Parts: sequence; C-alpha cells; structure tokens
Amino acid sequence: MDKQITVAEAVALVKDHYHVMIGGFGVPGTPMILVDALLKQNTRHLTLIKNEANIAGIGVSKLVENGQVDSLVTSHLGLNSVVLGMMNRKEINVEFNPQGILAERIRCGGAGLLGFITDIGIDTILRENKQVIKIGERTGILETSLRADVALIHAAIGDRFGNLVYEKSARNFNPAMATAARIVIAEVEKLVEPGELQPDSIHTPGAFVDHMVVIDELTAEYGILEDYVIG
Amino acid sequence: MSSADTKNIKQIIAARAEKEVMPGQVINVGIGIPTLILKYLDPAKQVFVHSENGIVGMGSHCGRSDADRNLIDAGGGYVGMEVGGSFCDSVLSFTLVRGGRLDLAFLGALEVSRTGDLANWIIPGKYSPGIGGGMELAQKARRLVITTSHTNRKGEPKILDKCTLPLTAKGCINRIITELAVIDIEEGTLVLKELAEGVSIDDVVSKTAAPLIVNKSEIGRF
Repeated sequence: MDKQITVAEAVALVKDHYHVMIGGFGVPGTPMILVDALLKQNTRHLTLIKNEANIAGIGVSKLVENGQVDSLVTSHLGLNSVVLGMMNRKEINVEFNPQGILAERIRCGGAGLLGFITDIGIDTILRENKQVIKIGERTGILETSLRADVALIHAAIGDRFGNLVYEKSARNFNPAMATAARIVIAEVEKLVEPGELQPDSIHTPGAFVDHMVVIDELTAEYGILEDYVIG
Repeated sequence: MSSADTKNIKQIIAARAEKEVMPGQVINVGIGIPTLILKYLDPAKQVFVHSENGIVGMGSHCGRSDADRNLIDAGGGYVGMEVGGSFCDSVLSFTLVRGGRLDLAFLGALEVSRTGDLANWIIPGKYSPGIGGGMELAQKARRLVITTSHTNRKGEPKILDKCTLPLTAKGCINRIITELAVIDIEEGTLVLKELAEGVSIDDVVSKTAAPLIVNKSEIGRF
C-alpha cells in the first residue's frame, strides 16, 4: 500500500461546485501547497469549510480573492479585512458558527451522525432559522452535521499507509476533517516508512486517509508572520 | 484620549484581572486586554492556560527568536508552552469548554448589562467578524470576568441596564473589571466592589448607565 500521489493528481480530484474542508487555524495546519495548487487549477464555485480564511493574500484567502469560492462555512474572519469586505459586498456567502460548534458539526459528520442538540447560542440571534428542540426541561438548538466531498489537511509526518502525526497547534481542525469527507487528502512535511511511527503516537489512523502528498520544500507562507510576533 | 493613555488603561485592567486567577485553575484569555493578563500571571499559581486552537498549558507571547511557526494562540500571536502543557484538536479543545472544565474565562465587551448579559461579537451593519470561540467561553466557563474600558471610544457607557446589541450570551457575567472599578453582578444587580486609585464613586456612577449598589464601607482599592 502506498497512498502517495502528486500534488497535481491530488487537486485534480477537486471539481467545480465541490464542498471542500480545509484544515488549519491561522497558518499552522493549513495545507498551503494544496491550496496553491487549487488556485492554479482554478476550480470554481467551491463551498469551503474552514475555521477562518487565513489573512489577506495568504492560504485560502487567495481562493476567495480569486472568485473561486461561492460560500464559506467558518467561525471568524476578524483577521481578514479583504474577505470581510467581500462578505459585506455580498460577493461571497458566509455562514458563521461558534468555533466549537463548527468543530463538533464536522466531528458528527465524520461519526456518521445527522446532527446534535446544543444550548450554545440559545439566547442569541443564532437561534433564528434553526430548529429548537425540548429535551425534558432543557431547550436546545439542532445543529446539523457537516461532510464534504474532499478534505485537504496538513500533517507534520505521514507514512505510506496514511498514518498521520500533527505538530503543536497545527493539529486544530485536521483530525476531525480527516474523518468527514468522501475523499481525504493529506499533505505531509515528512514521509516515513510504515512501522517508523509508534502505533501509540499516531494521531489519525491511515484508514481515514485516501491520498497523501509529500511537500518537497515549504513555501514562505508556512513561515513566521512578522506582524504577529508581539512578545 | 492619547494612545499612551489607552495603553496604560489596558495595563491597569490586566494587572487587576490577574488577581482573579486562583492556583491550579484552567483559564482562558480572550483576544485584546485579556491576552495582556498572561504578562502579569504569577507562575507560582501553576494554572493551565487554555487556547481555543488546541493548547492546554500555553505560555505568553514570545519574541522573534523563540517564535515557532506551528505554535500560535487563538489571536495568531506566537506563544511559548508552560511545563506540563499539551496539545489537542479543536473538538477536544471545545469539549473542555462546553463540558465545564474551564474554571475562569476573561473576555472583552462592546456592552454588558445589569443582569450579566454580554454583547461582544457584532454591531449589525458595521462590525461582523464572526463568532469565534467567544460564545462558548461566555456561556460555559464556570466564572466569566469581563475586562474592558469603562466607556466606548465615544465616551459612552458600556455598562447598561439592557444591551442594545445582539447578545453573545445571557446572564453569563460574574464580574466586570474596568480602569475605574471592579463591579460584580449579584442576583441581577450591579454591585461596586473596588475603585481604582484616584477614582471616586461619582466618577463610576456617572459613567455607568445602570443602577449601581454602593456599600461605602465595603469598597476596596486597586
């Protein structure tokens, strides 16, 4: 078994009108190489599911800025004034979710569940247009699960069987997204042979991963953002 | 107000807010003034600082030489790790929050109400950056302390009888710390607990747009 394919082969699996989950919270864990290839391929009318839209000019923001994204299911865009501007001008649909609710909707999609009931947002405008359900004395909102056609994720290390290890805060949404798409593609910074990763140390079992792309060289976008060095 | 004054106000609030943290707690500091609290945090308290992006045991912001491309806080700033810290994914990160394991959260505010309602995520038509983790932190932290300037940029009170903006969460606030005062919400009422150095009761009352209970003999100073 060898799940390694080329970057071009990987993004060729992403078609117009697809729903695509993209891992990452800020730069850490965002699959920049796959995103760049998607930009080059110019796949359009995408619905993206991602925590945020990176910052202007970086990562998925480039897909949005290039008009490839119709809808964005996300949590927060506070660090991206360009995408916020496009949202305000109605050039893109944005659906905001509480961050942990977004994560849980993905987890449920991956776990084969239709949705879950939560009291988060019950006293807010988030309740509008959603099904409200009573369980005994408690009232909750029905949150539906999320799945995608393709998940593009990033890991620090992978083996040829698709077993993945994430690094530090680059884990974030990647493990959940690895469970919640029809086709799961992971880009990894380092490829090792099966057996090199200790079974106890593997974060995502290879059974969840369909294809793997090995990054030859990290691009500048994976590096430190100088404006965010504030210590 | 000059930018130097604004900076000073933030530091006063953050230094006072640090006193809220009890040894061994699990805490979360939101974006803005709350983040500054970590600078004042006494390491002897041995707390776990939680960050929404999957960190339990986060350190404070670090400089360029220590910055790690894979280690940021929820606001994107590069951070260090404390001894005994760990990483988790976003699902487990919010399991910690919604499941009630978060002892204390600090958040900023656009408006707060007499009954402890918080509005801090949207000004319809003007400011709508999204929700982030704030709604879950506000609703589910065991104790919520708001750290905010007492008035907004126009000099108008942020502490109101009722919020005018869409809520983040209802009745969620335990305490409000501003550059002027420490105010608790006790059974739907605002109670003045402490005054900042050089601030009078009248200063606080005049800048608070809701009834404030004042027991003069019980007011501390910070």
